Amino acid sequence: MNLSFSEEDLKFQDEVRSFIAENYPADIKNKMDNGIPVSKEDIQTWQRILSKKGWFAVNWPEEYGGTGWSITQKHIFQNELADANTPTLVPFGVSMCGPVVYTFGTQEQKDRFLPGIINNDVWWCQGYSEPGSGSDLASLKTKAVKDGDHYIVNGTKTWTTMAQHADWIFCLVRTETTDIKQQGISFLLIDMKTPGVEVKPIITIDGSHEVNMVYLDNVKVPVENLIGEEGAGWNIAKFLLAHERTGIGGIPALKREIRRLREITSELPLGEGFLKDDELFMDKLNKLEIDLLAAEYSELRTLAAMSKGGHPGPESSILKIKGTDLQQGLSDLFVEALGYYAHPFMSEDDLISNEGRIGPDFAANVMPHYLNYRKVSIYGGSNEIQRNVIAKAVLGI
Amino acid sequence: MDFSLSEEQLLLKDSITTFVDKDYLFDVRQKNIKTELGYSSDFWKTFADLGWLGMPFSEADGGYNGGPIDLMVIMESLGRGLVVEPYIPNVVLAGGLVSRLGSEEQKQDLLPKIISGEIQMSVAFSEPQSRFDLNDVITSAKKDGENYILDGYKAVVMNGPSSNNIIVVARTAGNQLDKEGLSLFIVDPSLKGVSLRNYSNVDGSKASEITLENVSVPDSSLLGSEGDAFSALEEVIDLATLAISAEAVGIMEKMNEITLEYSKTREQFGETLSSFQALQHRMVDTFMAYEQTKSLLLMCAAKLTDKSDDAKKAVSALKYQVGIAAKHVGEESVQLHGGMGVTDETNIGHYFKRLTTIRAIFGNTDYHLKRYSAL
Ligand SMILES: Cc1cc2nc3c(=O)[nH]c(=O)nc-3n(C[C@H](O)[C@H](O)[C@H](O)COP(=O)(O)OP(=O)(O)OC[C@H]3O[C@@H](n4cnc5c(N)ncnc54)[C@H](O)[C@@H]3O)c2cc1C
Ligand SMILES: Cc1cc2nc3c(=O)[nH]c(=O)nc-3n(C[C@H](O)[C@H](O)[C@H](O)COP(=O)(O)OP(=O)(O)OC[C@H]3O[C@@H](n4cnc5c(N)ncnc54)[C@H](O)[C@@H]3O)c2cc1C
Repeated sequence: MNLSFSEEDLKFQDEVRSFIAENYPADIKNKMDNGIPVSKEDIQTWQRILSKKGWFAVNWPEEYGGTGWSITQKHIFQNELADANTPTLVPFGVSMCGPVVYTFGTQEQKDRFLPGIINNDVWWCQGYSEPGSGSDLASLKTKAVKDGDHYIVNGTKTWTTMAQHADWIFCLVRTETTDIKQQGISFLLIDMKTPGVEVKPIITIDGSHEVNMVYLDNVKVPVENLIGEEGAGWNIAKFLLAHERTGIGGIPALKREIRRLREITSELPLGEGFLKDDELFMDKLNKLEIDLLAAEYSELRTLAAMSKGGHPGPESSILKIKGTDLQQGLSDLFVEALGYYAHPFMSEDDLISNEGRIGPDFAANVMPHYLNYRKVSIYGGSNEIQRNVIAKAVLGI
Repeated sequence: MDFSLSEEQLLLKDSITTFVDKDYLFDVRQKNIKTELGYSSDFWKTFADLGWLGMPFSEADGGYNGGPIDLMVIMESLGRGLVVEPYIPNVVLAGGLVSRLGSEEQKQDLLPKIISGEIQMSVAFSEPQSRFDLNDVITSAKKDGENYILDGYKAVVMNGPSSNNIIVVARTAGNQLDKEGLSLFIVDPSLKGVSLRNYSNVDGSKASEITLENVSVPDSSLLGSEGDAFSALEEVIDLATLAISAEAVGIMEKMNEITLEYSKTREQFGETLSSFQALQHRMVDTFMAYEQTKSLLLMCAAKLTDKSDDAKKAVSALKYQVGIAAKHVGEESVQLHGGMGVTDETNIGHYFKRLTTIRAIFGNTDYHLKRYSAL
């Protein structure tokens, strides 16, 4: 057993670190460090910087523009990105649609869709969930009926993250009504500019607009936008679920945030001293850190197994549950740290106004973050569904 | 041993419940919190007309002689309705201090107007460094002939924006953490040197940051005797802690009902959510959390009514339990709603937000656990 990085890995780490230090735009960093929401353009700028260096689609096969990095190198890269507080990469194109296209698509489809993803010219969103189909995704009802060289698509997608910014949406649609609901589902790519596609915002409890309803009303989609066979959609969806599930716990970002909270405890005045003098609070912080260490080393175990050729199986469900628990727990500790100053609500305009913030500088997005992060145990397969998966796939029940 | 409410208390509960169910509709509330005032002055008038604003005051002061149990009944019912109108800062805190410490003149000037709903008041007790310690006060008041000069900064003052008068806790003697040497001043926010920065809280309530710079107030604005405010302040905050705990209990009861109802109607995998045992147990746990908290609420209300020796300890036990249960019930209710739980459109998220701010108001679990241990 040897749990340290090799010489080459450390060199690689240095290389990544200096690249980020030299190329991470100051204005975006400033927003990230001060809790000001980044725009689509900011994310696009940053992703293009990585892309130009060849470091954007890190997990893709080299022939499509991937890096050919080892699993350890990918892990180091994710850590460094998080450590520098860079914007989270938007997964819908690069981590979801891309792998589906290069795995299941025709040569024409690859040529048509992959460059847009890797260059960040085309933005994607994920159209799986429907009002009646959340955890029970396979019950989805959006219908695609073939009519010559087109499908006519009708239905409603919901909770669609970033649909307001997306150029394209990848959808699961029903092409056939079958006894077994998983059959008859197909994977269809739809241009958001097609007539009949309508996006309506859903505002979340933190006051932000990140999810949407997407109404599909007689939308005409060329048959060449079907990925894989008709009826293969569920298998493609399952492939995606198993794909790239490491990193799902968001552990590098958690490490950065817990460090930040520790710093904050030395700065936040409490009586004649600082929050760090409050033993009950520090106990909670330390307990959370121990829990995080356990999750981190669980992830490393999975990574090590994978680098020997294993597959990230149901372990990813464990990482998802533990990672999101920790994210929520930590967001709550930030709220507790602030006492009353977690309560003022600052709009985006307030954040950039000259009037200054209410309370400590970092306070403004603490409560919104706590509220918004209730989502992480709900989406991506809720934590209850993940437990069902572990019970079935790991415990064999 | 009798935990039941009196006839009058049942009537009071009935009248608030009816108001909340019939008039205090969710979309009306949502519209009101977006206005500059942040609540409805018509509803406030209704509260006055129905006698709720006068409840905690003695008959001599023009009130109805209500005690902690009446206050509990009011706040529990208002909690169920997610009522945002500032009952606690105005009636319980400011009214409580004036009725306890006010001179005849001050009482006659202010209490009838609080009871009739004519004025709004608030109490500025917290400061950026004080967290929940009432004795931690830097804001100073220095005697200057017939006046006092106030200097300092008050943080997150509930109901500050609509207050005609603000009761400011200031230090007339002693060091930052001393319990002795605290005094109260009734300050008109339009005075020279007083500046308010007003804002909304995440729970829809309004608050202010208040800067006091060389503010000169006359002797007559001193409330109670100089340097002697701590015990009355603590007593009133304890009563307000009971009140906000009752509000939390009402909110939790309502959230459990809403979630149970939702689980019986939402279907996934061809079954209602309520048919999944994993979720049944979770709802049983949130129900138990509510029941446990309700028990401590009743205990605390009884002990405050009896003025028993361990009443303060009971308050801290209650608020500790509220903090634990509020997090549990709030987070679980959202989780069981799935995506619907995090939308601005559904009421469950707004109950959750209020329950979350209540966890900290008048002291979070850590604070009250320490206070409980120390008492
Ligand atoms: C912020 C946010 C962003 C999202 N982004 C996207 C997106 O981009 N694209 C997309 O397609 N979808 C997206 N989703 C949808 C997400 O995948 C669904 O919310 C999720 O699948 C849960 O479905 P639901 O909300 O309908 O909850 P429901 O399925 O109704 O579940 C409600 C509750 O019941 C529990 N439950 C359900 N079934 C069981 C069971 N069998 N056993 C035990 N418990 C159970 C759930 O865990 C949950 O707690 C997003 C959701 C959110 C909140
Ligand atoms: C110290 C002791 C003293 C006792 N004294 C007496 C006595 O005086 N007289 C007497 O008659 N009996 C007595 N019992 C027996 C006791 O009542 C049983 O142990 C109890 O009913 C559980 O039954 P079991 O042990 O067969 O466990 P099981 O019923 O086999 O249960 C095993 C586990 O599964 C759980 N479980 C079972 N069904 C469900 C379900 N539907 N959903 C979720 N979880 C479930 C249980 O909660 C338990 O955790 C005693 C037991 C102990 C340990």
